Amino acid sequence: MTSASPAPSAGPGGVAKTPSPPGPPHSAPPTAGPPGTRSRAPARVRRGLLRALPVSPAVVLLALFLAGPIGYCAYIAFTDLQLTGQAESSFVGLDNFREAFGDERFLNAVWLTLVFTFLSSIIGQNTLGLALATLMQRASKPVRTLTGAIVVTAWVLPEVVAGFLLYAFFRREGTLNAVLDFLHLPSQNWLFTLPILAVSFANVWRGTAFSMLVYSAALNEIPKEITEAAEVDGAGGWRRMWHITLPMIRRSIGTNLMLNTLQTLSVFGLIWVMTRGGPGNDSQTLPLFMYEQAFQKSMIGYGTAVALLLLLVGSLFSVVYMRLLRTEV
Amino acid sequence: MPLKSPSRTPSRTPSRTPRSRRASHRVAADAGLLFVAAAFILPLAWVVLSSLDPKADLRVRLPDSLTLDNYDQVLTPEITFTPLLNSLLLCGGGTLLTVVCAALAAYPLSRYRSRLNRPFMLTILFATSLPITAIMVPVYALFVQVDLIDTMQGTIFFFAASQLPFAIWLMKNFMDGVPKELEEAAWTDGASSFQSLLRIVLPLMGPGVAVVTVFSFVMMWGNFFVPFMLLLTPEQMPASVSINDFFGNKGTVVYGQLAAFSILYSTPVILLYVLVSRKLGGGFALGGAVKG
Repeated sequence: MTSASPAPSAGPGGVAKTPSPPGPPHSAPPTAGPPGTRSRAPARVRRGLLRALPVSPAVVLLALFLAGPIGYCAYIAFTDLQLTGQAESSFVGLDNFREAFGDERFLNAVWLTLVFTFLSSIIGQNTLGLALATLMQRASKPVRTLTGAIVVTAWVLPEVVAGFLLYAFFRREGTLNAVLDFLHLPSQNWLFTLPILAVSFANVWRGTAFSMLVYSAALNEIPKEITEAAEVDGAGGWRRMWHITLPMIRRSIGTNLMLNTLQTLSVFGLIWVMTRGGPGNDSQTLPLFMYEQAFQKSMIGYGTAVALLLLLVGSLFSVVYMRLLRTEV
Repeated sequence: MPLKSPSRTPSRTPSRTPRSRRASHRVAADAGLLFVAAAFILPLAWVVLSSLDPKADLRVRLPDSLTLDNYDQVLTPEITFTPLLNSLLLCGGGTLLTVVCAALAAYPLSRYRSRLNRPFMLTILFATSLPITAIMVPVYALFVQVDLIDTMQGTIFFFAASQLPFAIWLMKNFMDGVPKELEEAAWTDGASSFQSLLRIVLPLMGPGVAVVTVFSFVMMWGNFFVPFMLLLTPEQMPASVSINDFFGNKGTVVYGQLAAFSILYSTPVILLYVLVSRKLGGGFALGGAVKG
């Protein structure tokens, strides 16, 4: 970890090991407080308001453009609002949700989202990121730098560009099949036969760098003596990994899995560019399904109900992530 | 657990000395990394080589002749300059708003004790990980209602709001690292909090501000879904959306030009990232924001 970034190991408010530097105590006489505290009226209230003033632009922005839409989302999910004829939407209670759970295409989208998230985030990015970080601990410097640069470049590229690159890679006449032909292995039209697998691989290509960076930082924090002692005691590589390394970076694994999963749940552009959710709806994850219902079928209410479900799942992960950040090592 | 259970096979060869074992480990690790690097570089190689290839198609291959024609073709106002300028307006405006609001908000959160700090920071943390994609449909409907749809300012406001939670979180953590004594001295000399934020705290956390700025900008620059939903007229589209025109109604896709445009559009964020990581070990600084 660079010194530039004090990690929020304590969570907000400094519950744990590293309390934030003590601010002025609550009701101490303002020895060297900022000015604007001279009035005698209810001075504490005024001071509190003055101090909170700089937060207000952020709060206004967040309230109008983040909390507002979320509230609106919760409201129109229970209406039959459509793209056309805005005036005559009415409250329909749980109809949208009932319809969703009876809708084969919705259930298909849920299934594909699970497959996509599991393959690309939990298995792909997470494991590959950990493997790369582990190898980097042992590799020579030039190889480490080169690999890191290539993997990070894939991550920094704009989402749509990454989508096009991988689209070209997986196309029938693309690079992957060229490589397979060269190795005399059967090639096929990946985007047509296994689209969800292709977009999952694309997401691994694009997102692994994040896990790699998180795990590299975590592994660097493990004291050398511990691993060396285990090595002297004759513990092999796998056993060291399982009994020492993994338990020691437990929290990074949790955090990384949470963030990866949340990222992956909301991938839209990558899949949109590569397959448009097709062929048919063989790679239509929930965000693409939501978009299609709302804009191509003009069922805003129904699309929003799907969005609300996605938001609830996301919130659930967020809460778990917050708990993880607050627990003690 | 995404890892295989520990295999209990004894290590292959009882190596003679730790040093030779370490050397063989290094060779194995290098080989593994190079294999992954080779797999990862193929798509990147395709875009670079195709952009210089007059007869580019979907395969990676060395061009028979190198040409800058593809760049020549796409460097027109309609294809490149307008979309990139739009991107710059959206991301520049959004980033400016984000950084200013985040710096202002972080100051009291970092400097004063209040019972509200903790719930506020928890809410912010919660908001950092919400899937923004999910709320785009209601945001669209809302923007239609309040007449912000298809406006640059509406998109800028939304960009700023969606990046703000993470920016506040980062900014407060960087600010906590600046000691208070200097400000207290300034207060004694009669400086206002605003002056001390502007003249003392922010200059001292320059790298932190740079990280927040670059991170916000990179996130917005690469964002496709937000402008795709909130903007309608082609003249306002940023590069992330206009790039789809290559696949549009223009018949066959000219892959060389698509590759050239992709490179032009990606270069700024790659440069920014390199700049920040040079200064601070960039990725790790961002990783610091999510360290468990």
